Amino acid sequence: MQGLTFDIAHMLAGSLVVVSFLQLYQDRLSALINIFALHALVLALSVAWQAFAQEAPHLYITAVIALIFKAIVIPVALRRIIVRLGIHREIEAVVGVGPAMLLGIGLVALSMVVMLRVTADADPLAREDLAFALSVVLLGLLMMVTRRNAVSQVVGFMSLENGLVLAATGAKGMPLVVEISVAFSVLIAFIVIGIFLFRIRERFDTVDMQELDRLRGERR
Amino acid sequence: MTLDGLTGVLLIPALSAGLLAALPGYRLSSRLNLLAAFLTFAMSVSLFVVEPTSGPYLLVDDLNKVFIVLTTFVAFTTSVFSASYIEHEIEIGRLKPGYVRFYHAMYQVLMFAMNLALVANNIGLMWVAIEIATLTTVLMVGIYRTHEALEAAWKYFILGSVGIALALFGTILVYMAARPVVGEGLDAMVWTVLVTQAAKFDPALLNVAFVFLLLGYGTKIGLAPLHAWLPDAHAEGPTPISAVLSGLLLNVALYALLRFKMLLALNPAALAPGPLMVTAGLLSCVFAAFMLYRRRDIKRMFAYSSIEHMGIIVFAFGMGGPLANFAGLLHMTMHSLTKSAIFFAVGHIAQVKGTQKIADMGGLTVTHPVLGWGLVLGVVAIAGLPPLGIFMSEFLVVSSTFSRAPWLVMILVFGILVALGALFLRLNTIAFGEPRGTSAPAEASYVPMFTHLAIVLMAGIYLPPPLVIGFQNVAKLLG
Repeated sequence: MQGLTFDIAHMLAGSLVVVSFLQLYQDRLSALINIFALHALVLALSVAWQAFAQEAPHLYITAVIALIFKAIVIPVALRRIIVRLGIHREIEAVVGVGPAMLLGIGLVALSMVVMLRVTADADPLAREDLAFALSVVLLGLLMMVTRRNAVSQVVGFMSLENGLVLAATGAKGMPLVVEISVAFSVLIAFIVIGIFLFRIRERFDTVDMQELDRLRGERR
Repeated sequence: MTLDGLTGVLLIPALSAGLLAALPGYRLSSRLNLLAAFLTFAMSVSLFVVEPTSGPYLLVDDLNKVFIVLTTFVAFTTSVFSASYIEHEIEIGRLKPGYVRFYHAMYQVLMFAMNLALVANNIGLMWVAIEIATLTTVLMVGIYRTHEALEAAWKYFILGSVGIALALFGTILVYMAARPVVGEGLDAMVWTVLVTQAAKFDPALLNVAFVFLLLGYGTKIGLAPLHAWLPDAHAEGPTPISAVLSGLLLNVALYALLRFKMLLALNPAALAPGPLMVTAGLLSCVFAAFMLYRRRDIKRMFAYSSIEHMGIIVFAFGMGGPLANFAGLLHMTMHSLTKSAIFFAVGHIAQVKGTQKIADMGGLTVTHPVLGWGLVLGVVAIAGLPPLGIFMSEFLVVSSTFSRAPWLVMILVFGILVALGALFLRLNTIAFGEPRGTSAPAEASYVPMFTHLAIVLMAGIYLPPPLVIGFQNVAKLLG
């Protein structure tokens, strides 16, 4: 039984990393949002499994938050926003599939090397979880730096945050996990409302250098 | 629950935030804001008289007392400045009264969050408090609703969130390191417990955790490669918020980092956190010093100066030892006071001149002598000239570390001198020469600015022995 519990947790956490890879090369916003919903769903399953495996009922709350808020409410809201902003058909120039995958693989390898080495004494479940979680965090960061569109940056941030929730639930008996996931949900809600209210499309709406200079206050 | 200093510094801002959100009328609410800030300051001073008992969630010790008193004091003087600043903003129609109500409520929420981060005895709670502080400042930076302000708020939001996320990962790793020793549950996140057991934690895990914490909280301190949000947020938000950001919020993030540094220092097998901090500090100091030359916006310029000074402070704490820690603490205090005084002056200057562009202001000592000379005094202080307090603290930083690492200190001194040159170059344009721009009379409150500068001047000449002893105790705590 112990073996099966571990395998399922391992599979779910591994799937989260795979879905992170899927996100990396999506160049259509609507497809990206769909993949993010899948990401959140896998996270919810993974957290629920951890709740079962650790016999920690409060983690089910985190799982339900992930399911309802991140897998349903946020994707629906984001889809409406991109339609309203008229960017739902836009194709975003992303790094090519090849380089993105290679960079991603490099980051996953890095997190495996770092986390598996330093957690040699920890129990295997937490250890694998932490290594996968760091991979998801780094892949989220990679996505944030390779994208220019505000919505896809936010999706990158949310998948990064999913990695953190995975890490927090993997750390057995960690207090305040539910509180932290609620705090993050508030943060994300703020971001999404911010995009909608202020119609932020890109970090810089224009690539005109003079405009950039004006924003930086450097023009006389 | 009895009302002691500890609950006071948390409850007063929290309650007044609710009250201020409900009250219309900016005159009343700005006075109430001031009163609440004063009461919070009084409460924080009472911490020195009666020390409340620490629980699993809240803690008061010598280290955070210094931070709390500094935070609440600058918050109080800033609220005095804010009252006259906001009045002017409403008169010229830059801020709508509805936003002002929101502004005052947010000001108190920010005070609450910063105080909570400082008294938190739980690494998770501290993280949540710093997140709240980040969110409220994001909202306040964007309050003018101009394109530039929203841009700055967005940038701050994204970078701040990434920083906060990395810090959480570090926090989780610290818990993972503590769990096998302390046991599962709440205890493994409580400072006072962690500190007693830190020597037995897994050093490798602690090392990785510290790297994440340095990156995460370092973003909020504004250390060099991670500083991109800081100048925009300072330049586009209301000036009282620039003062609070520079003077206080950077310190709160620094406090979090120092706590984790203490934890690592207790574990002999863990990596020494010093060299990492020294490198980050030196990089910030020199980088920001050169960036000062290209600035055209007065608030941006002083934002870069904050990065430079945070670099010096992180350098001092990174070097460690009682003397360097003492110097770092003193420098942090002096920088908070001086930089907020400068922002008080800059806020009024930008208001009378109607612009933040350095090129459009000039001859300030002729058109507005009090503001102009106040700014001159502030810049002389921040550049580190004697006899003011920053000279004293920079001198201490240099002299306490020179024998240990002469080459590193040379780099630091080089950065300080480069910054001094840039500051005086710009000061010359702003304060002297042909008067440029409008010369409308200033309706300013000079009291907060000159109070801060007077303290800085006094500290440069004579430090009272109780203060020295207090700082020495804290410096010893920091190891």
